[in-house]
Amino acid sequence: MPLLEMREIVKEFPGVRALDGVSLTLDAGEFHALVGENGAGKSTLMKVLSGVYPAGSYEGEILIEGRPASFRGIRDSEAAGIAIIFQELSLVKELSVGENIFLGREPASLGIINWSELYHKATKLLTDLGLDIDPRVAAGNLGIGQQQLVEIAKALSQNARIVVLDEPTAALTESEVETLFGILDGLKKRGVGMIYISHKLDEVLRLSDRVTVLRDGRTVATHAAAGLTKNTIIAEMVGREVGDIFPVSKHELGETALEVRGITAFSTDRPDKKLVDGVSFKVRRGEVLGIAGLMGSGRSELLMSIFGAYAGKTTGSVLIAGRKANIREPMDAISRGIGFVTEDRKRYGLLLEQTILDNMTLAALQRISGRFITHREREAAAATLPIATLRIKATSPMAIAGTLSGGNQQKVVLGKWLLTEPKVLFLDEPTRGIDVGAKQEIYAEINTLAKAGLAIVLVSSELPEVLGLADRVIVLHEGAVRGEFTREEATPEKVMAAATGV
Amino acid sequence: MKNKLSGLVDGSSLRAFAMIAVLAVIWGYFHWATGQIFLTPRNLSNLMTQMSVTGIIAVGMLMLIVSANIDLSVGSVLGLAGGIAAYTLTNLGYPIPVAIGLALLAGIAIGVFQGVLTAKAGIPAFIVTLGGLLAWRGAVKWQLGGNTVPIADETFKMIGQGNIPAWVGWVLAGIAVAFIIARAESSQRALKEYGLGEGNIAAALAKSLIPIGAILIFIWVMNSYQGVPVPVLIFVGVALIGSFLMSSTTFGRYLYAIGGNAEAARLSGINNSRNVIAVYGILGALTGIAALIYTARVGSAAPDAGTLKELDAIAACVIGGASLMGGRGTVFGACLGALIMASLDNGMSLLNVRDFMQDIIKGSILVAAVGLDMMGRKQG
Repeated sequence: MPLLEMREIVKEFPGVRALDGVSLTLDAGEFHALVGENGAGKSTLMKVLSGVYPAGSYEGEILIEGRPASFRGIRDSEAAGIAIIFQELSLVKELSVGENIFLGREPASLGIINWSELYHKATKLLTDLGLDIDPRVAAGNLGIGQQQLVEIAKALSQNARIVVLDEPTAALTESEVETLFGILDGLKKRGVGMIYISHKLDEVLRLSDRVTVLRDGRTVATHAAAGLTKNTIIAEMVGREVGDIFPVSKHELGETALEVRGITAFSTDRPDKKLVDGVSFKVRRGEVLGIAGLMGSGRSELLMSIFGAYAGKTTGSVLIAGRKANIREPMDAISRGIGFVTEDRKRYGLLLEQTILDNMTLAALQRISGRFITHREREAAAATLPIATLRIKATSPMAIAGTLSGGNQQKVVLGKWLLTEPKVLFLDEPTRGIDVGAKQEIYAEINTLAKAGLAIVLVSSELPEVLGLADRVIVLHEGAVRGEFTREEATPEKVMAAATGV
Repeated sequence: MKNKLSGLVDGSSLRAFAMIAVLAVIWGYFHWATGQIFLTPRNLSNLMTQMSVTGIIAVGMLMLIVSANIDLSVGSVLGLAGGIAAYTLTNLGYPIPVAIGLALLAGIAIGVFQGVLTAKAGIPAFIVTLGGLLAWRGAVKWQLGGNTVPIADETFKMIGQGNIPAWVGWVLAGIAVAFIIARAESSQRALKEYGLGEGNIAAALAKSLIPIGAILIFIWVMNSYQGVPVPVLIFVGVALIGSFLMSSTTFGRYLYAIGGNAEAARLSGINNSRNVIAVYGILGALTGIAALIYTARVGSAAPDAGTLKELDAIAACVIGGASLMGGRGTVFGACLGALIMASLDNGMSLLNVRDFMQDIIKGSILVAAVGLDMMGRKQG
């Protein structure tokens, strides 16, 4: 009997079917890798397993040692012996390592914490795992990699039988990775079942017993890892036809609108780490340049750096229409004709409590409405055209942005930047989390804008989107350009291989 | 064709009507409870004079709160600016314009200084101005040596105690009415010009009858006593300018954007720190003006002048619908909030409610008002 069985899991969000009948089994002592493109449904599946999405919000069954389980929250799944180590660290930086490990489960009598017992247990746990970490040190004082290892120790202290690791090596150094693998090997021997989510196919093949590939919310295949090759996995990850939703449109290319040379951006946490490493590219008028790469490959940081909006240190130079541009703040970029439809519209794009009109005119307010005194009528008149062409559905331009659907919110952000009359337009994940209809409308608009002579830089985690729209694709891996393809050359396999650093 | 901008007023005007209704209830109750004293021209004139100091500060505070900042130091700055004015007049014997100039300059300089510490150095506004609350109060005590400095100059006292002649009041009312009519007409014409609707000038004029009526009644009531008090005139002027800044300028829109989503504002090319520093400066200037009125009305500068004024101003903004998280609030609401607070003060004093009881009642009303507001918002 398998340790864990997930049967025909279906999870729907408004307008999107994120999981469409996914099944997965995990045996005791098994190392099971879960791979797939960004958005294939891996994280959603793990959120279903951990009770983040409670029982009843999805269809299908979860069986643990043959018995049906229904988790209403993380506490339930933890009680059942499931530990999930998410990509984002969840340690409290101000508390010590020991306090973090036993957070909420402190050894105590009458509410008074037994500190010596806590630190004794923590020390034993860490030594057993072969970690040389002082449990009295504040978690925030450890490096990112060590924090990740502490997080794993914390999960194990709860006697988990099923451990899920989501990209655990992304922030680790080589030696930390080896330590981690040693720990995982020990767990395997103790009969713990592990689900391992990773883009690093070398690791996957080295460690796994079995590999399950997800694509578009479906299980493509589950293989025994022995004899499996990276190319087989990549083919299955991307093996989807680029459908008709991308109207192939030939763009007329003009002169170079934007050129960047040697853009480098340093991490704000670790000033010695480069998130973007010497990236150079050109984009011409009427051209759509796609930037592909996995999450964390530095795509957003690259655009932010060029736009003068990156929080950390950056170097490199930007030329607009052949002339050097000194961009230190977003306003410098805007005044030189760059528009930037940022990722995560709620966080970076919208004033959620304000109206569509307030949002759309914000970046060009002085030109549209008046240098100092504003004129509502001028703003409403200016916004009428983009509201109509983008087909923003709302009762009135005075509707509150936060009440709109995701697709309409995204169109408002796009409309905001069109009103700045840009010559170069950056689009960062322009269709994340919106329904298919709105996606197609945005694709059509991108083609229209390119035909009208805009230079467009498109960042997307959805490979078909990049391949379907871009005239040329550059691929980032760990902050550096690892490949450049024309529309004709770019195949999903080649791009994915460059993105995974193969 | 339906006017496309008609949604503009709905949400905020609804809450304004609700607040006016609350005010009417409070006034009606006090008028009844005080045996028809509350709503006499004499008492209303006093009430308006009493609220003008808080009201002027509340206008600046509202602008600051909308940008998701706060200033706890205004009470101390009021004391310091008033102290500077009195010291300049009485101890140094300089003429009135110098005293006024120095008081305003002190307010602006302190505001800009605290704005720079917040917006440029990144120290939280709460901390910067909490430090300011202590430090500027210390500065007043030092400057005045712990003594109250009297002011003998009758002309200066006019700022706090004078009234404008009745005919001037009517002339100002006439100008205001003409302005309102002109704006109603031009906005309808603009609607038509930009192809947004037919524009209905008759309906727009009908809508203007409410503010026009309010202005005429106000002047008539004030003139029935001694004419519009100078502090009230200054307050109304400040409120109109503040309201205009917030609703009809790019500066005001940027403050709403910064308070609503600072990161989105910055990415849209707004210079967040410059706008925040400017609004601190404006609040400083208004605090200087309030200090002049306060000092002139009392006729002296005392080391403890203006204590707790910051809390009155913040309470007025919050009762008027502003969110301390930023991005939400109107000058009109803040002024109504100040009027409600002043009405409670005035009415309870007339009823001889003991001062500790007044504090308890005012505190409870503040919390209840915001609690009701939050419940109303949740229900949509």
